[in-house]
Amino acid sequence: MHMLLNRRTLLRSAGALSAGLPLPAWAHGHSPGLTRDMPMVSGEDIRLRIAHQPISIDGRTGHAIGLNGTVPGPLIRLKEGQNVRLHVENALAEDSSIHWHGLILPFHMDGVPGVSFPGIRPGETFTYEFPIRQAGTYWYHSHSGLQEQMGHYGPLLIDPAGPERAPYDREHVVVLSDYSFVHPHLIFRKLKQMGGYYNRQKLTATDGEAMKSAERLEWGRMRMDPTDLADVTGETYRYLVNGHGPKDNWTALFQPGERVRLRLVNASAMTNFNVRIPGLPLKVVQADGLDVRPVEVDELQIAIAETYDLIVEPKQDRAYTLVAESVDRSGMAVATLAPAPGMRADVPPLRKRPLLTMADMGMGGMDHGAACTPEHEAMGHCTKGEPMRHGMRDFSVAPGVAKTPTVQSISPMPVDRMGEPGLGLADVGHRVLTYRDLVAAEPNPDIRAPSRAMRIHLTGNMERYMWAFDGVKLNEVKHPIPFREGERVRITLVNDTMMSHPIHLHGHFFELQTGQGAHAPRKHTVNVQPGGTATFDFTADAPGDWAFHCHMLYHMHGGMMQVITVRPPEETA
Amino acid sequence: MRAALLTAALLAAAPAAGQSCTPDEEAMGFCTAQAPAGDAPPPAPVPADQADRIWGKAAMEPVRAAVYAEHGGGQFSRILIDLAEVRFADGAESWLVEADGWFGGDMNRLVVKADAEGEFGGGLHDLKLTALYSRAIDPYFNLQAGVRHDVRPQPQRTHIVAGISGLAPYWFEVDGYLQLSTKGELRATASAEYDLRLTQRLILQPKLELELSAQDIPELAIGSGLVRGEAGLRLRYEIAREFAPYLGVVHESRFGRTADFARAAGESASGTAFVLGVRAWF
Repeated sequence: MHMLLNRRTLLRSAGALSAGLPLPAWAHGHSPGLTRDMPMVSGEDIRLRIAHQPISIDGRTGHAIGLNGTVPGPLIRLKEGQNVRLHVENALAEDSSIHWHGLILPFHMDGVPGVSFPGIRPGETFTYEFPIRQAGTYWYHSHSGLQEQMGHYGPLLIDPAGPERAPYDREHVVVLSDYSFVHPHLIFRKLKQMGGYYNRQKLTATDGEAMKSAERLEWGRMRMDPTDLADVTGETYRYLVNGHGPKDNWTALFQPGERVRLRLVNASAMTNFNVRIPGLPLKVVQADGLDVRPVEVDELQIAIAETYDLIVEPKQDRAYTLVAESVDRSGMAVATLAPAPGMRADVPPLRKRPLLTMADMGMGGMDHGAACTPEHEAMGHCTKGEPMRHGMRDFSVAPGVAKTPTVQSISPMPVDRMGEPGLGLADVGHRVLTYRDLVAAEPNPDIRAPSRAMRIHLTGNMERYMWAFDGVKLNEVKHPIPFREGERVRITLVNDTMMSHPIHLHGHFFELQTGQGAHAPRKHTVNVQPGGTATFDFTADAPGDWAFHCHMLYHMHGGMMQVITVRPPEETA
Repeated sequence: MRAALLTAALLAAAPAAGQSCTPDEEAMGFCTAQAPAGDAPPPAPVPADQADRIWGKAAMEPVRAAVYAEHGGGQFSRILIDLAEVRFADGAESWLVEADGWFGGDMNRLVVKADAEGEFGGGLHDLKLTALYSRAIDPYFNLQAGVRHDVRPQPQRTHIVAGISGLAPYWFEVDGYLQLSTKGELRATASAEYDLRLTQRLILQPKLELELSAQDIPELAIGSGLVRGEAGLRLRYEIAREFAPYLGVVHESRFGRTADFARAAGESASGTAFVLGVRAWF
């Protein structure tokens, strides 16, 4: 036993430093930071190989799908204005694919099987080829089955053709992800069998929570669970930074006084993270790859598939802990920022998991006057003092939604929640980023008023684990959502569920309507908070068929996906 | 007056443009408030087949069908051994198993059930096998119809069954079925149960079952009206979600003419038992 323990310890410490680990160089146990001469893939011809491989997390070995032998896959570093050919070999026994998340490219290079191309068959090599027309921090991942959960993802950086708007002395890539030693098909099966399978923080008769019994009864009456913050939790997940578990302690090195750029990517399958570095303010300089006016916060919630670039300026010669806490507070990814390898700072304990509120059920804010949707207004429900007339599943407030078992509830009075910091972060006692804090550094390229508006409802059923747009799962969808090439459309996403949904539109950036005029923040993914709405305008300027879906992997797999088709005017009626 | 107008105009513009506008940009007309959207009609629906023009219809079509089907059209199953217990009552030990399984997608499923009861060394008292088609009719409830065959008690009976099963407000799991036997006898069953979480793993489950009959069936010792009821209280500990040993107490009563039949046969009409068992699913 003693021998075994020693051997384990030895393996762990050796593993953390060894080059034999299935990790790319920039993600090894500690990183001096990215420099031009570090090994990573770049240039005009890049080869990637998708294959099964082992993964080691906190000393335990599991099974993964990686790229070029690593999880996350290699950092792809490109330059704005170049052309790139990516030769992707599929060494799996099943079809695979790579989607270049956030990249503006011809639709048939977008990498979504069945939508943009036929996929990559086992043993085949597919060559993606497209010009690089943008700069910033992006990522790539499988769009086939549930491969992404197994490690099939990696970061992609594009250096700007001109000078960097937010200069820095050193940079680190921080890829956050979730990993389970349980196969994703089994995870999905468990969720289908029991929606709350992974929630080990439910209310109990002995929990001591400050929730009155009347309120508990009310939740029970509605068959809703106020602890339903995340479907898959720390019960099975290990939360990773660059492929490392908390004990592995991935370390980003810095010299005191340097401006350190952290390129944050949330490559998780199912986890939104609350990110903070106690003792260091975070200056947000980029969101989803596009520069924003620098804004300083102490914490931010990064939804799945989002990226944020932060600049931190550690002045002291000491270690700092980067904490990425899962939104349900069931676990955390941990990394260290330090002047030298081997240092550690205190790791703050997990904070108490929050409870959902009536606002998360779309009951509106405190002031019901602000909660009026166009539907309500048309129904004359917006006069002062009007009592709430709608139940939790009143289809009259959502005319476009199909009356299917997929729709467990409809938010009766959904409000715009883009000014809120995310679940559980309203009262943490320091500055937390909201979408309203984001201001695009450059004026928006298209400032026309939208020619039309549409509302798309995000619907679901936690009991049956069904998820859909407008109550219709992709397997039931008859037609894609059509757009005329060049038209500008306002889309309001209405969240009729009690979970956050990070919604990703392929092939386009959209401008969040947060009151920033022609400096609206442009994003590829927007997290729509429970019972709330998010509104964006976008220009359908990319002809082709594009995927449009929730980036919670099991929500997408459960049906929460659609296809948009952008057609030249002569092809649309 | 002019100053007031200007101030009003600035105030009106300020909330929309936020702090984002520089004087230059304002001059360039970038700082207008969020314009209302027009009311252009949406384009007519068209298929999503643009990739066919590049990769060919033959290559795209099967993949498209598979990918659409995969997102929301999955087939799953669950086998639940809800009760597998030994019952201790007045020195007599009996056993009971209630199991069910579902197979299929979100909307349509096959449901099978097996309920069995017997005495150790005393043979099989009860064995009921049910097969139902189950259709999701709302977020929580399924309409079910099929057949039930009672192997025991004898003489055997075959029924057609129709009923409803689902999750009622306040998290009560409920079901109710009507059974019409091939001999024309109409009977009904109903049950309700509730999981009270004492801790994350310790769960107290009250459960109530009722049986009714529209007529006397003397050869099965069943009287018309309320036939029997069983109330159970079981405390289980989830070692894993899928595996929970439990202990509990059940009280069973036969009512009305059914009770008379029991007494005439020298049995008591009601009884209480302690139970020890295990709940498991996969």
